[in-house]
Amino acid sequence: MTTDDARRAAVRQAVSVSVATGLYGISFGALAVAAGLTIPQTMALSLLMFSGGSQFAFVGVVAGGGAAGAAIATAGLLGVRNALYGPLVTPILRVSRRLRPVAAQLTIDESTAVGTAQRDRAAGRVGFWWTGVGVYLLWNAFSLAGALLGNALGDPRRYGLDAAAAAAFLALVWPRVTGPGARLAQLVALGAVVVALASTPFVPAGVPVLLAALVAVVAGLVTNPPPTEPPPPLLAPDHLLTPDGPAEEAP
Amino acid sequence: MSVGLTWVAIVAASAVVFALKLVGHLLPEHWLAQPRVARTAALVTVALLSALVAVQAATTGRSLVADARLPALVVAAVALALRAPFIVVVVLAAVTAAVLRALGMP
Repeated sequence: MTTDDARRAAVRQAVSVSVATGLYGISFGALAVAAGLTIPQTMALSLLMFSGGSQFAFVGVVAGGGAAGAAIATAGLLGVRNALYGPLVTPILRVSRRLRPVAAQLTIDESTAVGTAQRDRAAGRVGFWWTGVGVYLLWNAFSLAGALLGNALGDPRRYGLDAAAAAAFLALVWPRVTGPGARLAQLVALGAVVVALASTPFVPAGVPVLLAALVAVVAGLVTNPPPTEPPPPLLAPDHLLTPDGPAEEAP
Repeated sequence: MSVGLTWVAIVAASAVVFALKLVGHLLPEHWLAQPRVARTAALVTVALLSALVAVQAATTGRSLVADARLPALVVAAVALALRAPFIVVVVLAAVTAAVLRALGMP
């Protein structure tokens, strides 16, 4: 494959991931206004936070009546994985100091997955930037469409939007708890559900989710990966859009 | 949360998430690149999302509740097992809950 072919393939992959990811911005926008956020607040999350998991989590805590601190902590904890993407993409990008904040803001699950899936550095760069910019534009456009739609619908329960929020979280976690090597992840998921539900009657809204995170920290620190275990599914999930993901779309 | 406090929370949470992204770019050789850190972070993501599924589907305020959200979640799980795309899963869950509520389920 020539370099030009590799770059074209990266662009194609970036566009398909951007469209699929952008589309579920509709559900984010609709759920955010159903949770009681205004349209400008919904757009501020998509423009400034720009990290799907953190945005859904922030809105979920707000919808449940959680305090500001719990919403910030949950969104922040879900954003930790973005910090781990930096070491994966910086060797591919090698950006100037001036562009670094832009590259950082665009460092999300999808751009990292497409950028690191390419055969050479040039194609990787193309994949990262096209995906980052593409998802940014479409995610924000579809967030706005979803917010306008949600606003027009009215009572969120009547349209099952509360159930849609639960389904959105299930879809986000699904690829991380299925497939080979997900045994520990399944146990952690089960433990998190038990801790969250058991603590709900006793602590303020938003806190059960944070308590559940402790399950994972303990599990991560006390267990040793068996030598046969594949590397942690840091990226696998988050082209959350399709269970197949960009890796399998690659020509 | 009041509208003003919500704005403060949005800006603060966005700043935290951006700072995390930037740290990864500024400290690529850092302990962040350790396998154990990556593994724990992946598990934290699983725990947070799983807890959010449970809280979102089976609680209202401080009470545990079983209502139309639970069958909707089952439908979502089936759709995911059949490899339906994200947006289809979410819409199917909403439609299930809406129909069950129209039929009188809480």
